[in-house]
Parts: sequence; structure tokens; C-alpha cells
Amino acid sequence: MAEFASSGCLFFDELIDEQTNKEFLDDIGHTNIDEVDSVQDFYKNIKATSSIPRIPAGTPLKEAFPKNSPLDKIFKNEVVEGAITSLVGSKTIVDHQFLHITFPTKYFNQANQRQMSQANHQDSTIDPRSTFDVQLFYFPTEVTKEMGGTRYHPGTHLRIVNENAIAKYQNILGQKSIVCKPGTIGIFHSGLWHGAGVNFSENIRYMFKVRLQPTEKQELLWDPEKKYQPLPNRALFWTDETKDQTINDILMRSYPWQEADTNRLDKINVVKFWRLLTGHKKMDVDYWLTRIENELY
Amino acid sequence: MAKRQKVLVLYLKFPSLEAEVISWATFDGTGKKLHMTGDTDTPPYPTGLDALLDGWRLFQASQAIPEHPGEEFRTSYLKHEFFFEKLEEGDF
Ligand SMILES: [Fe+2]
Repeated sequence: MAEFASSGCLFFDELIDEQTNKEFLDDIGHTNIDEVDSVQDFYKNIKATSSIPRIPAGTPLKEAFPKNSPLDKIFKNEVVEGAITSLVGSKTIVDHQFLHITFPTKYFNQANQRQMSQANHQDSTIDPRSTFDVQLFYFPTEVTKEMGGTRYHPGTHLRIVNENAIAKYQNILGQKSIVCKPGTIGIFHSGLWHGAGVNFSENIRYMFKVRLQPTEKQELLWDPEKKYQPLPNRALFWTDETKDQTINDILMRSYPWQEADTNRLDKINVVKFWRLLTGHKKMDVDYWLTRIENELY
Repeated sequence: MAKRQKVLVLYLKFPSLEAEVISWATFDGTGKKLHMTGDTDTPPYPTGLDALLDGWRLFQASQAIPEHPGEEFRTSYLKHEFFFEKLEEGDF
């Protein structure tokens, strides 16, 4: 949870088994690249034949997918279920889902289009809530570097921006792109900055995404026995480097893209986020909030 | 011979050209190179000053805007933005 609070993302490599990945690809009618002519035809075909249902926004996740369908199996995987319950609770609802397909160069050449990557953005719209949604990504096939897997910027999830208004940041220090084996699952905080890369391979790249909303406060959903206790204060600046790394070191991690001044606000916002996730409304890490809350007038 | 503009946008770690580059964008009006999001993981220059030393002309820098009262801790866009240009002559 501390890792998620700090970076805004979690990954589970090769979590989904080969058989389920194959069932998913069969279900969406994954065909040989040579047999597909246009992007539109490809989507039309998948929508007509696959078992991916049309889910009205707000449907409980537990009622969303047909029993024993590949997606049903994926969401019943104990790690996926555990992560979802920890982040958005067991009564989570589906906002939307989409099968993202990134087509290789030949489709752009055929259509006489410029093949460009997707600009950096935050999904949906400006979102100043304390509540957060998660976006679960499922990669049914291998994603190699040249396939242009989803680009993301760890630690950006608590910056409040307006969707595509971050498109001008072409490159951001510390940017990462997903490279993974089949069956990998990623979970993003809904505020994480990201964008799709360019697919320079010969093959189609798939990414199935589901956005989930909580219906309850996201306080200690990950710790039902409510055992979590914040760590006591530690020395600042004149520190003791012999001490072991703790959760607080994860929460206080800096990211290479952060400005010198705003980096401190980013840390403050992680502490505020951790207060919400733990229910410890006065907890602090490294005195960032205690110092400025000591208002005597 | 015609002239074309190349634009380099640098986001720096603090509001001084001596500061390190944390984000960057390039738009090439000569059409020689198509830049796009995510095309390189290494900044073109370590600092803003290095861009000046390589002949880029600064034409815009972000202002310091005081934080809104009550929203001092809200974080949002990258703050320290510097726009540079180079003019290139050629047959385009
Ligand atoms: Fe997106």
C-alpha cells in the first residue's frame, strides 16, 4: 500500500495463466495480422463476436462478467481480487472498460496517416477528490520494448491537472514504459499520468482496461484487522543511516521529475493520502505536516 | 532560402537557467525530424544554460505566481517552463 501511495502504480508480472490468456485472445477473435485490413474492421469484429459484455456504468464488479469467461477468471484471481479489495473495496463498481489496441506501422502506411504516440494525459477530467478510482490493465500477450507499451510517470498521481493539459510534456525524466510477459496485470491510481506508445513491431498490442470506483471509504480496506500503527518520529537531516529502511522511506521517495520546491509538496500530499488510507488523521512522516500544523494564533 | 523555426521547451528543477532539465519537448519546423511523446529518455541538455551555450535563444519563461490562499499545498503542472528557439535557413 505504501508503494501504491508513493508511486501510484502496482504491477504483477505474469499473474494470469497461459490458458486464460489464450481463452481471452480466442474470445476477442485475435487473428493473424495479415488477415486484418483496417482498424475499424478489427474493432467491429471483436465487438460482434467476443464475450466482453456491454456493462452499464455503475454495475457492481461482481455482476459484470459472464461466469467462467476469461475476464471473470481474471477478476477471481486471488491476487487481483486482493489488490482490488485493498484499494477500492469488495463492493466496487465498474466505471467503464475498453480493449485498447495499438496497431503496427503497416496500418498507418495503408491509411496514409502519421504514426504518433499518444500524448501524456490524466484520464477522464480534472478530479480534486480525496477518493480515488483505480484502472486495472491486463496484458494478454507479451509486450516488447518496440511494441510501445503504456508509458507512465510514477509519483504523478496526486498532481491535479486537467486531462490532456499535460500533453506538452513530451518527455519527463523517469518516464517508464510497460515491457512485460503475457498475463501481466498493472493497477494505476486514476490520477497517474500516462499515454500509449508507438507500436513499431509487426504485431498488434492489446491492453484491456477496467476502471473501478469504490462505494465505501478507502480506509484500511487493506488491513481489515486494523493493525496498522504509524511509526514514531525519526531524526531529520542529521540522520542515522545505519537504521533499516521502513515504510516511511517508501512514502518519502523522491521522483526524478519533481521540481526542487514542489517535491516537498508532493511529499506532503503523500502523507495526506496516507492519513486517508490509514485513518490516522494526525500521523506524519518526517514532520512535514506537524511543522506547518503547529499554528499557535 | 527560407527560414524555419525550431522550438525547444525545457522544464527545469527550479526557476533559474542553471537548473537541471526534468522535462523537455522539441518541435522541428524544418520538418527534418518528427519528435513525439516518449521518444527519448535522456534530456537534450543537462541544464537550461547548456541550451543557451548551444545557440538556443530564450523567448519565454514562466512567471512566479503566488499560490492561491488555502490551496498552497495543491500540486499540479510543472512550474519552471522555458521556451527556446533556433531559426534555420534552407530550402524547405
Ligand atoms: Fe488514458
